[in-house]
Amino acid sequence: MPNFLSREQAQELAGRVLAFSTADEARVNISSGEEGNTRFAVNQISTAGDVTDATATVTSAFGRRIASATTNRFDDESLRRVVQTSEQLARLSPENPEYLGELGEQTYVGGDSLVESTAELTPDRRAEIVVAVTAPSAERNLLSTGFLLHRTGSTAVATSRGLFAYNADSRLNFTTTVRTPDGTGSGWAGIGLNDVDQLEAGDIGMRAIRKAELSRDPRAVEPGRWTVVMEPTAVANMVGLMMGQLNARPADEGRSFFAKPGGGNRIGEQFLDERVTIWSDPADPRLFTTPFTGEGLPNRREVWVENGTLRTLSYDRFWAQRQEREPTGFAAGYYMEGGDASTDEMIASTERGLLLTRFWYIRGVDPRTILFTGLTRDGTFLIEDGRVTTPVKNMRWNESPIFMLNNIEMMGAPVRVSPSESSGLASATVVPPLKVRDFNFTSLSDAV
Amino acid sequence: MKRRDFIINGAVVGAGVALTPRLLAAFGRPAYPWEISSPFASLGQEPLTPELAARALEAARLAGATYADVRINRNRTQAVGTRERQITGLADNETMGFGVRVLADGSWGFSASATLEAEEVERVARRAVAQARANAKARPRPVELAPAPAHPNVEWRSPVEIDPFTIPIEEKVEHLFAANAAALAVGGIRFVSSSMFFLREEKFYANSDGTITDQVIYRAAVNMTPTAVAADNSDFQTVSSNTDLEPRGLGYEHVRDANLVANAAKWAESSVRKLSARSVEPGRYDLVLMPSHLWLTLHESIAHPTELDRIMGYEANYAGTSFISMDMLGRFRYGPSFMNVQGERSTPGALASVGYDDEGVRPHDYLIVREGVLNDLQTTREQAPWLADWYRAQGKPVQSHGNSYAQSWADVQFQRMPNINLLPHPDRDVPLDELIGDVENGILIDGNGSFSIDQQRYNAQFGGQAFYEIRNGSVGDMLKDVAYQIRTPEFWNAMDLMGGRSTYGSGGSFGDGKGQPAQSNAVSHACPPTRHRDITVINTGRSV
Repeated sequence: MPNFLSREQAQELAGRVLAFSTADEARVNISSGEEGNTRFAVNQISTAGDVTDATATVTSAFGRRIASATTNRFDDESLRRVVQTSEQLARLSPENPEYLGELGEQTYVGGDSLVESTAELTPDRRAEIVVAVTAPSAERNLLSTGFLLHRTGSTAVATSRGLFAYNADSRLNFTTTVRTPDGTGSGWAGIGLNDVDQLEAGDIGMRAIRKAELSRDPRAVEPGRWTVVMEPTAVANMVGLMMGQLNARPADEGRSFFAKPGGGNRIGEQFLDERVTIWSDPADPRLFTTPFTGEGLPNRREVWVENGTLRTLSYDRFWAQRQEREPTGFAAGYYMEGGDASTDEMIASTERGLLLTRFWYIRGVDPRTILFTGLTRDGTFLIEDGRVTTPVKNMRWNESPIFMLNNIEMMGAPVRVSPSESSGLASATVVPPLKVRDFNFTSLSDAV
Repeated sequence: MKRRDFIINGAVVGAGVALTPRLLAAFGRPAYPWEISSPFASLGQEPLTPELAARALEAARLAGATYADVRINRNRTQAVGTRERQITGLADNETMGFGVRVLADGSWGFSASATLEAEEVERVARRAVAQARANAKARPRPVELAPAPAHPNVEWRSPVEIDPFTIPIEEKVEHLFAANAAALAVGGIRFVSSSMFFLREEKFYANSDGTITDQVIYRAAVNMTPTAVAADNSDFQTVSSNTDLEPRGLGYEHVRDANLVANAAKWAESSVRKLSARSVEPGRYDLVLMPSHLWLTLHESIAHPTELDRIMGYEANYAGTSFISMDMLGRFRYGPSFMNVQGERSTPGALASVGYDDEGVRPHDYLIVREGVLNDLQTTREQAPWLADWYRAQGKPVQSHGNSYAQSWADVQFQRMPNINLLPHPDRDVPLDELIGDVENGILIDGNGSFSIDQQRYNAQFGGQAFYEIRNGSVGDMLKDVAYQIRTPEFWNAMDLMGGRSTYGSGGSFGDGKGQPAQSNAVSHACPPTRHRDITVINTGRSV
């Protein structure tokens, strides 16, 4: 088994740390685990890495004076010192009027996605997974590049008021980009998972290979408003931008899309197509979310958007108290409900449109409308009269998930995706493919 | 500086510490002291460090590695964040560990651990060799390294005047609160956030070629963002301090020089003005780009596309490839003949400046663009041989430019950009006024804002912090909702003038991302202001 702290070991370590505390209140956050990765490029492994690490972050409070310090060394002297450092910083810092003290014992639901097959993943097996993509790519005279990343570890929170929370989990992510040797075609496929035994690397490789072959020699189309069929990864790239803004405080403060003109926030307002429903739930096996926040607050099931209406925003403890609401926690990962259309049906129903694989270099442009810019990448095709007819050049878009989720034409079945641009170990993200009208492309790119 | 007298290569040194393997057992006596005695202290001065490094290299050799290197790091960071009159975060972080990189059977292996003990160092070295052997099954072509001279027992330090970790936390907080108060005193400012960040990184490195380097690197950043909100909540705007401030490889003197308190009102007033600024009319404009803005455009459109690993397809799955290919060396016209772009890691206080890179190579200055033409590319020891034909034709040695970097002990080193600078006008000291004076219908952009560029670095879009119209040769009213879109080769060839030596400025970032797992590089870019003719400007404001 990999090298991470069990529940008992984390509890013992937390006890040792808190025993050094002389503060009015203290909290310790512990994280430990092993992470492994293998990268490949030009059909062969380029680099790999296996890392063992563990950290303890101590937060100390004297009244409302609070600070934290982190170490990755767990001998007695280091632990004593990290407690002292946090206490020293806390004593010197001004009072934080928003500090509400540490939490006592809590009850949690969900979590615990430790998977033995992932925990036991070796460099040898990683190399076999890589060959499942590099071999067929080489056979077809294509160039494959990609990344397999996995981590098995645990996190724990303990406070001087008796709270103890622990969760262990395994996650992995596998993505590949296959290019044609002449540099005119590129295709991508990837997935996020908890269990490596569910990874069908050969299938993922074949999807990327097929896209690379079909995307050779793209032709230019005019930027402008297009009907688009978005594969689930592209949908997650956009919806994630909105999920990151579901925070009550900036909304109530008048500096967020979710601020209501004139004051307050948009909770209760229908702001998206009525088919849009998005929730988080640490107890749902499709999401496997961490059941607690860094403060040890339980993450619960939260329906963020129901039938297009904003049901809640996230409230931290301070803002919840101030606004007389319950704190929400913040369950990372989300599930967006879909519909029953297949991607093929979306294409078949489209007279003229684009099929999109994923987005790249997504950056904020205007926070007032959650407007972002980015580009299409690794599989962009023209749809004409219900058929995919030709690859097209990539384009830059300036678009907001708010506009996009008001322009839905069709929805498909939700699937788990690899949502991060860098193929990092993201929280579970389950979204449907979408057909959307009036997606705003602003310029052409020559990039393949 | 102390001189150390040990030999790394092949030596097995007796262990003086308790051999408790793996982190679960590491509850014993600390191997390393917590207290850093002075800013001049370093890992290399502690006897255990070279001993552990020697053990790692020896264990790798015995396991069959043909090359090995080991990096031992002790990093300390401190972050202070505030909003208005309160603290939003006060955190001190120490991390320590080591990473061993090996070549075995022609493949790389890398393994890292936080437990700095003899048995663990050997276990991790053997694990790296076993991993390299596994990788070799999917690597038909062996890795070759360009030769590099050995640098036994060398040292380097950032040019720091005041160690930020010796400054009391109250002073830092009071400084930020005073700056916040100065911003909030400006009518229309409803919020302000400000922060400081400091890093001290001790980096000890040894390789099986006989190089041993001992370096201490500092970084410091300070910034603030005032937010102006319209009285009816219908709009909010910010102009951040990045119009004037950049992160540096310096100590607390950087914070004092930044003078946040005196400058806060300026950024606050700009934020308020931006609320009532005219929304830009989309179209084509001449642009005058200040160094506080241009460094990021230079970073994205010149520094990234000239990374050789990208060009060769090694980053295709994330960071991307490049519009540049090796056969464009000596041929491709990046821009006008007064354009020269330099790679270097030697400017004092620049973020990528070091004495030795993360594979023990002493970096040198080189010209990536010479008189407007592509001249060289960024390399490591593995990559330099890929350019052997070009270098031989130029009569240059096949050697690494010293552009290897890893963000921490836990990450494998790979090619990362050095400081890449657009050199000032070579012929004369062109003043800023001359750039503006000849513009009929243009926009001056100060500070960096939104940025996005495609995976081959052709199509880019940049915002900014503050935008001013230029009419008939003079700077006029403030504008908002401005972003420009470019295609890289046309954009640099549309540059018809740049500032001279006295206009030379710079900017930089701690967050230059690349690689999988993604790693952050810290890099500075110096440049003069430039003028670009007839560039597409879009309006980014939309209503819901």
